[in-house]
This record gives sequence, C-alpha cells and structure tokens, in this order.
Amino acid sequence: MTSDIRDITIFTALAALAATALMLVPGVAVAWLLARRNFPGKSLVETAVSLPLVMPPVATGLMLLWLFGRRGPIGALLARVGIEVVFTPAAVVIAMAVMGLPLLVRTARAGFEQVTRRYEQIAETLGAGPWRVFSTVTLPLASRNILAGAVLGFSRALGEFGATIVVAGSIPGRTRTLAVGIYSFTETGQDRQAAILVAISLAIAFLAVLASNRLAREA
Amino acid sequence: MAVFDLDFSLRQGDFTLDFAVRVEGRAVALFGPSGSGKTSALEAVAGLRVPRHGHIAVNGRVLFDANQHVDLPVRQRHTGYVPQDILLFPHLDVRENVTYGRRDGNRPDLRVLVDLLELSTLMDRRVSSLSGGERQRVAMARALYSGPDVLLLDEPLAAVDLPRRRRIVDALLRIRDDLAVPLIYVTHLPEEALNIADWAVLVDNGRVVASGPPRDVMPSD
Repeated sequence: MTSDIRDITIFTALAALAATALMLVPGVAVAWLLARRNFPGKSLVETAVSLPLVMPPVATGLMLLWLFGRRGPIGALLARVGIEVVFTPAAVVIAMAVMGLPLLVRTARAGFEQVTRRYEQIAETLGAGPWRVFSTVTLPLASRNILAGAVLGFSRALGEFGATIVVAGSIPGRTRTLAVGIYSFTETGQDRQAAILVAISLAIAFLAVLASNRLAREA
Repeated sequence: MAVFDLDFSLRQGDFTLDFAVRVEGRAVALFGPSGSGKTSALEAVAGLRVPRHGHIAVNGRVLFDANQHVDLPVRQRHTGYVPQDILLFPHLDVRENVTYGRRDGNRPDLRVLVDLLELSTLMDRRVSSLSGGERQRVAMARALYSGPDVLLLDEPLAAVDLPRRRRIVDALLRIRDDLAVPLIYVTHLPEEALNIADWAVLVDNGRVVASGPPRDVMPSD
C-alpha cells in the first residue's frame, strides 16, 4: 500500500469517526424528541432530518457551501474568529455528519420507540426526574439501536462523495477521502490506485453494515 | 392506619371510571371483575392517569385536586407502584433494581428489606433468571426502598404459582405490619382480599358498589 492510499484511508476513517461523534448528541436528541414528544412542526423536523437521504448529495453540498462559505450565515460568523471551513478537513467532517445524520436518527428513533413507556413511568414512581429516567432507563434500553444507527451513520460517512467534493474539494493530503480519491484516481487514469481504494471501501462498508445489522437484531 | 380520599372521574375511550370513596385502613383491597376499572384507579393514585376532575389525597396529602389545580408529578407522589406486569428494569441486576429509588424520607433499611422479602440469595442475579414469585418480591422491594407513603399493588399474586402464593401473602402481611407501609392492592380473588385487607372496595363497571370491612362487603359465594 502506497503512503498516498494509507493516508487517504486513515484520513477517511478519522473524519468519519469525527463526523459520527459530531452527529451523535444532536442525532440522539432529535430521535428522542421524534419518538417521545409531540410538538408543533414535528412533521417538518421529520422531513428536514430525512432530506439528505433523498436529495442529490451535490445539492446538499451546495447548501453547505452557501452556509459555510465566507459570506454565508455560519461561515461569516466563523470567519470573524478566524475559522475557515470550506475546503478544509472540517468541511469533510461536516459533510459526512450531515449525510450520516438521517440514518442515525431513524435507527435511534426506532430504538426509543421500542422502549416500553411503562419502564419510564415506573422509574418516575421511584422518584427519578426526567434526566435520570432518560439516562438510566431510556438510553440504556435504546443503546443497541443507537449504536447500530451510529455504525450506519459512520458507514454512510465513509462513502460520502457528492456533498464532500462540493464543500471540501479533493485536495491530496488535506481533504481527499476514499470516495473522492476513487473518483480522482479514475479521472486521472490511475486505475490500480482506484481499485485498491474500492477494495478498502468495500471491506470497511461490509464490516460496518454487518456490525450494524447484528446490533439491531440483538436490540 | 392510613386515610385515602379517592373521589375522581377519569375517561379511557368509551369507559368512564367514577370513583368516590373514603377509606381508612392499613391494607385496602380494590376488588372486582376484570375491566371494572381497578387498575385505572390505582394508576390515578400513582399519577399515571390524569382524572378529568376530582380529588385524591393520602393521609391528608393532596396528590390531585382539579379545583385547586393540584396535580403532583409522578415522582413527587411517594407512591410505590408494582404493576401487574412487574416491569423490573431488564438491563439492571436485582440489587440495582431494588436500590433504584433514591428518594429521601421513610426509606426502610436495605438489610431489613432483604430479610423481610427473602432476597439475600437473589441480589446479584440477573432479573431474566428470576421466577414469577421472585420477580414479584424484587418489585415490592424496589417500590418499598423508594420510601413510599403507600404501596400500590396490581394483582400481586397473578404471576405467582399457586404453591408460592403463600410466601407473597406473608410478605404483604409483614409489609403491612412490620414496616407499617399502607397498601392498596387490586385483586379479583375474594380469599386474597379477605386474607390481607382490613378494608375492601368493590368496583364494578367503573363505579364503587360497596366499601367497608371485607367480611361485610365481600361476596359470600
């Protein structure tokens, strides 16, 4: 394995891990809200969370570019404190997190819905407040589904291409991921390099989906 | 001796429960056929069902009063509730289940509770390995360890084999007499009401049809 391919593989795995960490807290919070609470605009939130699943990833990437660009609503704020996102490794992580989030939310939501509400009620009768009920009853009982969702989100992040290439580009040694690398190597006629990346992607994706399915089955 | 003021109305779909009774006793049996509203009444006291109107008080402590807009949160009601399906937390072992409640107050000593409910050999077991009777005893210990003002039990003998029922009845009598925790429990077995209760409330089709000492109000056949 050349150092190029090794670097791309390590960078992609680390970026996907960071993206999974980034999506975990908001993803679990949204999943719990959708599973357990009724609130105005719930169906809008449901739809918005699922949008990256059905929208062209390139379009999602363009929206991120607009949000995080120097003149975008978030990018302008970050620029003021000297943080640039677009075409940096941070952009890769954000694109991966946005694309992986729907899978985490959907799987975690199913996990929360499977937790019998009555366990939570019993915990309340024992004097537990809302946070204790959530952290000691709801969350542990839904944990396998949450983990399965995180593995799915991680897998999706690993394979992310469309949004990443728009918002982060394909800068060797800086923002080039497995998927983007496959495209770039193919385009420049480096078929052997591309084939190795395909094999690596296949192996990681296979293991991740296998793990996710096993976790969801045991949940 | 505990005083229960239960005067409330609640609706579940087409079914309306109109409950109006004032009870003084150490152990109160809610007796009646399936579907008569006994469990709903118990859950209204625990705060798991919200009446449309009325008043619920235990020993003068108001848990619910529609006119005064009082509806204490479940966790502040100090009611130990053991549902018919028991619902031990499956991800915790027996000890973790029993000690889950952390409310201050008249919490019994854990060793006393373990002896009283004969749990010493069960404490480190997983709940999935327990028999029906063992689960019932663990659930009662869990409810009692939270220091409740009243223990609410829904059909405590339903999940227990006939030969082991005596052990549960003895445990209930010890809770009533040694720990002096008042009980309200739902049953459809006359002998259970007669053995444990010093007050019985007969419920039928969502209404209280009789209330008094068990020997006076329980059906004789």
